[in-house]
Amino acid sequence: MEVFTSYHNIISPLGFTSKENYSSVLTDKLGVKPCQYGKQNETFCLSIISDEQLNSASQKIKDAVLFSKLEKLSILSIQDVLDQSGISLSDPKTLLIYSTTKGNIDLLGNSIKQSISKERAYLSSMANAIANYFNAVNKPLVISNACISGLLAIITAQRLIKAGQYENVLVCGGDLVTEFTVSGFKSFNALSPNPCKPFDARREGINLGEAVATLLVTKNKNGLPNSSMQIVNGASANDANHISGPSRTGDGLFKSISQTLKNNKVKIDTISAHGTATPYNDEMESVAFERAGLINIPVNSLKGYYGHTLGAAGVLETVLTLEAASHDQLIRSAGFSEMGVSGKIELIKEHQTSNIKTFLKTASGFGGCNVAALFVK
Amino acid sequence: MELIITSYCRIKNNRIVVKGVEVTLPKQDVPSYFFADAYKHFEMNYPKFHKMDNLSKLGLIASDAALKGNDFLQRNKAETTAIIMANKASSLDTDRIHQQSINDKDHYLPSPATFVYTLPNIVIGEMAIKHKLTGENLFCICDAFDAQLLIDHTQITFDQETKSAICGWVDYDNGNADSLIYLVEIASDSIKNTNFIPLNAAALDQLYK
Amino acid sequence: MDALIEKLKGQIIEQLNLAEVKPADINPDAALFGDGLGLDSIDALELIVLLEKYYQIKIKNPADGKTIFESVRSMATFIQSQGKA
Repeated sequence: MEVFTSYHNIISPLGFTSKENYSSVLTDKLGVKPCQYGKQNETFCLSIISDEQLNSASQKIKDAVLFSKLEKLSILSIQDVLDQSGISLSDPKTLLIYSTTKGNIDLLGNSIKQSISKERAYLSSMANAIANYFNAVNKPLVISNACISGLLAIITAQRLIKAGQYENVLVCGGDLVTEFTVSGFKSFNALSPNPCKPFDARREGINLGEAVATLLVTKNKNGLPNSSMQIVNGASANDANHISGPSRTGDGLFKSISQTLKNNKVKIDTISAHGTATPYNDEMESVAFERAGLINIPVNSLKGYYGHTLGAAGVLETVLTLEAASHDQLIRSAGFSEMGVSGKIELIKEHQTSNIKTFLKTASGFGGCNVAALFVK
Repeated sequence: MELIITSYCRIKNNRIVVKGVEVTLPKQDVPSYFFADAYKHFEMNYPKFHKMDNLSKLGLIASDAALKGNDFLQRNKAETTAIIMANKASSLDTDRIHQQSINDKDHYLPSPATFVYTLPNIVIGEMAIKHKLTGENLFCICDAFDAQLLIDHTQITFDQETKSAICGWVDYDNGNADSLIYLVEIASDSIKNTNFIPLNAAALDQLYK
Repeated sequence: MDALIEKLKGQIIEQLNLAEVKPADINPDAALFGDGLGLDSIDALELIVLLEKYYQIKIKNPADGKTIFESVRSMATFIQSQGKA
């Protein structure tokens, strides 16, 4: 059975639709900006959706006061995809998968609004609130698997449809920039004060970003948008090496790529890498790509525009790459100028048009997890 | 393809049951003492254990107990062994500790060793590292133990390259440990000679009860 | 110096949750990383937290950690040099 990507949405500081985000990126707008953040008032580059952006968009939400920031953004993103596609979550053949690392983690802090119960810090409680807004009949599924959550959710959607469990799966990925994550990554010395530079010789760590992205995955061939591609295969794999340090040999990522491409001898036209801009991660990815024979293929990381959006990243970056592929467009890997990894890979230095029939998307995360997926027109 | 459960471990607060047999440990009210006792009882000999958060300790004890005394790891390949877990509280137990460390501006000292455990799938990573398992991974969150959900995700993983899996529920919240970890294999004549349980929702509910 | 070394050993064991290690097991001149105590990258970050927590010393450049955290003795020497012992 064939499974396709269908309509989609991205909500980020660079826009509230996929199209807005795509044109922002093509005009080299960056979501990441230097911000004073947290109780310590330190300066980091972060990509944050402003209150003005949120409040003006939230007017469309019924009883918006009952929802947290992440819930509002998720509702807006899902609503856009439902409007475009005409599908409904009250259809028993449609499932909602929510991908996130920290969900409403800001509810654990001291400065929370009274109107939202602390119970919603539980991820399933948050997902239920979102699903109930749309009168969903199926219980939403939450996937929380560190930074590979979003792409793992897309693969899970494809597999559930292939197994005949659903006809449509809406995959929504979301995470916020919170003092919780900023302080944590700071304690890891992983935050860059400047816009991040994936794969560059002078990269100095990640930028955190917030975003919500939604992608409809379907078996129905009719009425697909121009950007639709087939989700051919995907696989996850564990490094079984260290819970926070990436494998030096790229074992897990290599394994997930090899397994994804095993029975699919297609030419890969471009790779949307994870590319967080930490020294070890990017080096590991380059080693894995070279080991998999993926040399001389244009690669980008979109973290230079959006920062690392954690549980949203896999969905956001897949959606933006789908949109670009529909225009046969390669997107410049923002922040990259001088090669800073040992694996023989080719970063996209300027936006350019190129025939894109296929792309590979990858992600890696804490817990030693890696994932790859192959998309074909 | 018929999937079967070849071993399991149920832990509910201070009770450990391995393949139907209760393990007797000294009664402990403090969960960390209980984990330390279990660590000794199962002779885990893995100093990294003491650095883990409660969720990972719970998962490691339960998976080690389920793996003990059988040759699951010998007869199955590490690269086709998946780990599929679910829970309710994600990593909230450790999230609260990290949050505590940043609540007060004047005593602001987040710990990297705590922060790294503020993701539920770290327990999968710990199992993968200890047993060198490089297969597929998935961590799902749901309201309560959901046998059918676990079975659905196990089945779609076996539809791929997966040939065996460590699966289950591993939840730690407000001092309460609640887990059921079980080993899934494809039924074959040699395995069927030993005690096994068919993988279905009724059987899982019975083990979780 | 010896008293500081003994105190540090206890603090390292506690901060890094080295439950099966006793202070007497730690040779103050042995390498902290590598084979000795089997510490990893997270432990290295945790030692930075230890210095701030017990000695109010902030390490601005994490790369400095390499020489400071060579051994328990080098840590003690560094703490003394900061006038915090």
